Order: sequence, then C-alpha cells, then structure tokens
Amino acid sequence: MGRTTLDLWVGMFVVAGIAALVMLAMKVGNLGTYNVSETYQVHAYFSNIGGLKPKASIRSAGVLVGRVTSISLDTERYEANVVMSLDKRYQFPKDTFANILTSGLLGEQYIGLMPGGETEMLKNGEQLKQTQSAMVLEDLIGKFMYSKASEATK
Amino acid sequence: MPVVSTIRAIGHRIVDAVWRIGVAARFFFLTLLYSGNSFRRFHLIIKELFSTGVMSLIIIVVAGLFVGMVLGLQGYETLKRYGSESALGVMVALGLVRELGPVMAALLFASRAGSAMTAEIGLMKATEQISAMEMMAVNPIARIVAPRFWAGVISMPLLAALFSAVGIFGGYLVGVVQIGVDEGSFWSQMQAAVDFREDIMNGVIKSLVFGIVVTVIALFEGFDAPPTAEGVSGATTRTVVTSSLAILMLDFVMTAIMFRGA
Repeated sequence: MGRTTLDLWVGMFVVAGIAALVMLAMKVGNLGTYNVSETYQVHAYFSNIGGLKPKASIRSAGVLVGRVTSISLDTERYEANVVMSLDKRYQFPKDTFANILTSGLLGEQYIGLMPGGETEMLKNGEQLKQTQSAMVLEDLIGKFMYSKASEATK
Repeated sequence: MPVVSTIRAIGHRIVDAVWRIGVAARFFFLTLLYSGNSFRRFHLIIKELFSTGVMSLIIIVVAGLFVGMVLGLQGYETLKRYGSESALGVMVALGLVRELGPVMAALLFASRAGSAMTAEIGLMKATEQISAMEMMAVNPIARIVAPRFWAGVISMPLLAALFSAVGIFGGYLVGVVQIGVDEGSFWSQMQAAVDFREDIMNGVIKSLVFGIVVTVIALFEGFDAPPTAEGVSGATTRTVVTSSLAILMLDFVMTAIMFRGA
C-alpha cells in the first residue's frame, strides 16, 4: 500500500476517534451544558435534606438555574448546610423560598426556588432564610398512621 | 525428601516469575528510552497505527454496536420492572463509558492486534531478522518495538471512544427506535447523569492504561519468544491470556480508585 493511502486511512481513523470522543463529551456528557465561569454562591440550612446529593440540579419554575456545590452538617445548629452555585443570569429576591423536591415519585431530588416579593436581590455568599426540608417517605407514612389511629379512637 | 523438593519447586517458579517481571520492566523502560527516535521517524508509527488501529476498526465498531444493542434490550427489560424506562440512556451510557467501552475494546484489541504483534516479532526473531538488525548496528527496540508501542498507546483510547460512541448509538437504536422509549428523556437524563471529568475522562485514562499494558505484554512476549514455531505459538497464546487477565484485574483496581465516592 502506498504512503498516501496509508496516511489517509490513519488520518481517518484518528479523526473518527477524536470525533467519537468529542461526541461523547458534548452529546452524552454534560460538557455542552456546563459553564462554570459565571455563577454566584448562596447557601441555605435544611433540617433534613433526604437524598439530595452534590451536583443535584436547582430549578426555578422548572428551569435549571444552578447546581448544588456541597453539603455538610453544621454542628452548631445540627442542620444540613447546602451550598449552591446559581447562574449569574438569574437573580433572585432575598426572601426566596428553597424547597427540596423530588422529580417523579421515586426520582432524584432537587432544590426548587420560589421567588418572594422583596426588591433587593441575593448577593454572592448570602443565605436563603426560608427553607423546606425534603419529604421523607417514612415520616409521611408515620404521620398517616398516626392520623388514622387518632381517627379510630374517636 | 519430597517436601523439600516441592518447596524448592515453588521457589523456583516464584524466582522465575519475578525475574520475568523484572526483564519485562527493563524492556518497558528501554522502549521509553528509545522512543525519541521513533517520533523523529513518525512514518514508522503511522504504518503501525494502520495495522493496529485501522485494521481493528471493523471488529471494534461491530462489537460496540451489538454490545450497545444488547445493553438496550436487557436494560429495558430490567428497568421496566421499576417503571423507570426513561433511565435507559443513563444505564447504557454509564455502562459503556465507564466500563464496557475501555474493557471490551482492550480485550478485542489484545486478541486482534496484540496477538499479531507477538507473532510478528516472534517470527522476526525466529528468522533471525532481529539479529541481522543488531549486526547492522540498528537498535531493534528503537526500530521495531517503540513504533508499535506508541501506535498501541495512541490507538487504544480512540478505539475505546469509538466503541462507547457506537455502543450508545446501538442502545439508542434498540431503546428509542425499536422499543419506543422517549427520545427526549433518553438523551436528557443521560446528559444529566454523565459527568465529563468523572466518567468520560476516567474512561479515557482506563483505556490509556490498558493500551500501555496490552502493547507492552504483546511486544515483550514476542521479543522473549523462543525462536521456534512452537515457541511463537506459545508466546501468542500467552499474550492473549496474560493481557486479558491483566485488563480485568487492573480494571477492578482502577474502578475501586476512581468511582469509590460516586
């Protein structure tokens, strides 16, 4: 085989391999939807985060506005401290309400933001004061059983 | 004393094995040392890239397509029980990118290209071409071994990426086109779950390591083969067996290190 055909085949092979890698990164992975540069950080305390994990999505009105950066336990309050990075394009009022919600019945958990009426906007490093914890299935069942039992005794 | 002779036999085996590992390591460092020459004569690497990479394309693409299609079918059957068919894309993509892509591509590469390398070098040795090169003051490691080594190291990640990409396409064909899983959730859940650094880059690192290990084993077995027909055939078999085992064991170790937290 001549030198030029050899080069052509090898070139095609390398280009196909790199194209596959790029396709994996953009189409399969999250590189296409990733922009880490323009974010600001806020944090919030939750009394129970349920199954929330780092990198979980943060949505407002169903639109992805950021991701959970880190989760830790604050030993002064014994509450979970959730740090989230939000997209700079989306500004939220100071009295925004943070809920831990579940997508679908058994889907993964995410944080839903419900904007309040305040005119001042959240700044980098500030805290979301109003939060609502995750629905824990065992608690729900427990409450249900309790109310059923109290109905029965009446 | 049968006990003493048994222990002596065990010791002999161990010493032999350690000695062989030492020789293989020395061979690897010599290959790295003389690689500079083969980069200066890059057409040697291109020629080897053709015979290892391009010629492995068909088997990699066909195998990847079918593995992806099987993953789609089996994954669908299992996920259906939990009512989460929409997670099929996540399952296919993570399975391929993290594990099956690098491992299957490396196993196929070892049997397709590794065995050919061993047989070729073993026959060169049997027909005394390597001794002839040494007589002409041509370093056989720089001329024969190093270009093949770099060709293997370059082509392995590319083949693994192709395997994963084609496999995901196969999973898409079965899952979305044939069975009818929702296309939007197939891709969007996949994109939400697959992380570029955590999953894709770790897969690439895995395949790079496999590329180094498989080519070093293949080249060393060829270089070390007894110069007879029997010796070459034995070395070829050993290449496939040793590199397959090495791939699977290293895969376990790397998975334990890379994905422990996830």
